[in-house]
Amino acid sequence: MSPATRHHILSVLVENKPGVLARVSGLFARRGFNIFSLAVAPTDDATRSRITIVVDVESAPLEQITKQLDKLINVLQIDELAPSDAVERELMIVTVTVTPESKPAVLLLTDEYSGAVLDEAGDRITVSLGGTPEALDAFTSQMGTAVVAYQRTGRIALPRITS
Amino acid sequence: MKTNGGAALIKALELEGVDVIFGLPGGAILPVYDPIIDSPIRHILVRHEQGAGHMAEGYAHATGRPGVAMVTSGPAATNIITPLADAYMDSVPMVVITGQVGTAGIGTDAFQEVDTVGITRSVTKHHELVTNAADIPRIVREAFHIATTGRPGPVLIDIPKDLVDPTNPNSALDWYWPDSVDLAGYNPRLDGDPALIEDAARLINASQRPVLYAGGGILKARAAESLLALAELLDIPVVTTLMARGAVPDDHPLCLGMPGMHGNYTAVTAMQESDLLIALGSRFDDRVTGKIDAFASHAKIIHVDIDPAELGKVRRPDVGITGDCRLVIDELIKALKQLGAPENQPDRSSWKSTISGWQEKFPLSYVQSEPGDLLKPQFVLEQLRDNTPDDCIVASGVGQHQMWTAQYWKFQHPYTWINSGGLGTMGFAVPAAIGAKVGRPDRMVWAVDGDGCFQMTAQELVTAAAERIPVKIAILNNAYLGMVRQWQEMFYEERYSEVYLSPDLPDYKMWAEAMGCVGMRVESPEDVLPAIQRANEVDDRPVVIDFRTDASEKVFPMVPAGKSNSEIVVGPEGLR
Ligand SMILES: Cc1ncc(C[n+]2csc(CCOP(=O)(O)OP(=O)(O)O)c2C)c(N)n1
Ligand SMILES: [Mg+2]
Repeated sequence: MSPATRHHILSVLVENKPGVLARVSGLFARRGFNIFSLAVAPTDDATRSRITIVVDVESAPLEQITKQLDKLINVLQIDELAPSDAVERELMIVTVTVTPESKPAVLLLTDEYSGAVLDEAGDRITVSLGGTPEALDAFTSQMGTAVVAYQRTGRIALPRITS
Repeated sequence: MKTNGGAALIKALELEGVDVIFGLPGGAILPVYDPIIDSPIRHILVRHEQGAGHMAEGYAHATGRPGVAMVTSGPAATNIITPLADAYMDSVPMVVITGQVGTAGIGTDAFQEVDTVGITRSVTKHHELVTNAADIPRIVREAFHIATTGRPGPVLIDIPKDLVDPTNPNSALDWYWPDSVDLAGYNPRLDGDPALIEDAARLINASQRPVLYAGGGILKARAAESLLALAELLDIPVVTTLMARGAVPDDHPLCLGMPGMHGNYTAVTAMQESDLLIALGSRFDDRVTGKIDAFASHAKIIHVDIDPAELGKVRRPDVGITGDCRLVIDELIKALKQLGAPENQPDRSSWKSTISGWQEKFPLSYVQSEPGDLLKPQFVLEQLRDNTPDDCIVASGVGQHQMWTAQYWKFQHPYTWINSGGLGTMGFAVPAAIGAKVGRPDRMVWAVDGDGCFQMTAQELVTAAAERIPVKIAILNNAYLGMVRQWQEMFYEERYSEVYLSPDLPDYKMWAEAMGCVGMRVESPEDVLPAIQRANEVDDRPVVIDFRTDASEKVFPMVPAGKSNSEIVVGPEGLR
């Protein structure tokens, strides 16, 4: 994914209730805002969930998106995270084809990216790696045509700690 | 106290002060209809659920209190979607209760199951699918709070049958009533930021050609008096949008009337030429602005709205203030006075004389019909306007008749004009008028309807006749879907496609009589007044008058869709 300019990260704290995710995603659809990726899970407080949404800000001004989101009764807080003010991570699992010759290099690269092998059989191996979205991009592009399939989670983010 | 979900629901509605429910029962909501028998709440049995929703809206428009409708699941829920969307667009406080199939049946395509909350998600301010009978008192309390505070709107409560059926253990709960509402994610801001209010005051002080642009939010905020005080303090003119007609009396010298696509020349042009628009509870709707890039291009903007998402949604304000219109206007008046108003205001006499020049040069006008010809709709409206009390409530449908009513009526009081602005819902008039009359039985209530609109919801006159709700309906029967005909005439080279309805199929007089109403037909100008007078005297049943009007009459002025407001066409001659 190309960084910064077109995309913005919204970290949205919501009540952990049935229908809330549908409300949030429905609002994006209804207002014509595009979601690039979306990750959601309960927070340390089980009554709340955090939805990390990467939005395509060319589809609508960010301000309009956040104001409309804020009108949803179950939305508690919205933080708009500029990439420079946030720490971000994304998880990926990727299956690649290997030959006896290429396998050591694949394992080495996986290791460099602090990844782990999850599964292997025949000429395929599946590894998982977590990292910045850019690192995951770099990994897949280095794997090139060996990539059979991959699945990414979409990014999650929190604001940087300021002292 | 042990109770069950159905009894708890009715009790909660009573505690919310609900005095009337518009509804129609069916399988899923059946258990709730039993405790209604013993409740002091009046239930009005409609003939179609859309009628229930629009009646609830009409009631809310007329009284300021939330309207309540209750219907069953499935097809009844889908029937009430149009009123929900209508109320959402026009910020009408309303609570709709829908029955739902039993909890165990949800998701199984059970009989009369639809995903009601899914279907209504984008047309409600909020909605809840109740999953536990014990939540019912809390959810009802929250629903009324959400519907009536902040920017008002419709809230839907969808209740599975097992949770309200006393024979089902799932319906059991211990009664309670929450003292307060606790919604962490919902805190509408009411008071404006004082620094911004001062900025607004300074912009006003520097303006040579200001216009107050009053929208429906003025009425929702009960801010009409404050608005008038502001206008009079500064001696600056006010336009009242379609949703704000009546917010300032039309005979007040500062009232310029309605702006927009069919607004009068002066209101449209004053906005267009202004150097400061003070937008109060208005939302820069496309029907007001015309081509947005060409709208009031020299004007700075002060925008006050309780919904922060409106600020900058269409036009970026120079000063945007989130808050309740009444509170903000009151604070603005204080700030202006502190800065020296009214003495410090610039000399705006040339602006005022420009405006009165436009008013003289471009009044609303029409040509009276020749003897033997069909009635002019404008003439009928003038007669109706001049022969009904000042505080008469008027509801309308959607189309030419709506625009003529908004133009030709002289609104002297807030909450006397009820129409479907944002959604433009044909069929709104009859049920909305009924709801208004139920809420304000002390007032005379007329609906001005189109022949096309009337045919969409006329069956509710059976409801009105059965319940002895004496509304009066003036059908401006031009035998056409007139507004569409007008567009086809003007923009499709008079190629009329599927707009002809016939003047006497149906026979409106006979239809009215069949529905238990007084029915009349009027064809010539001298019969207009006697018919209105006769209708005004009927107080025990609805009245329908079929006014045969001239189909060739068009609504002017008109800003053609997509054109700049500067290209306003004032009359059929196409002259500016
Ligand atoms: C439910 C619905 N369907 C279609 C339209 C499009 N529409 C707008 S005005 C109009 C004509 C209304 O005809 P009538 O009620 O006779 O009023 P008139 O314009 O003739 O006064 C139509 C079809 C609408 N606004 N609402
Ligand atoms: Mg018509």
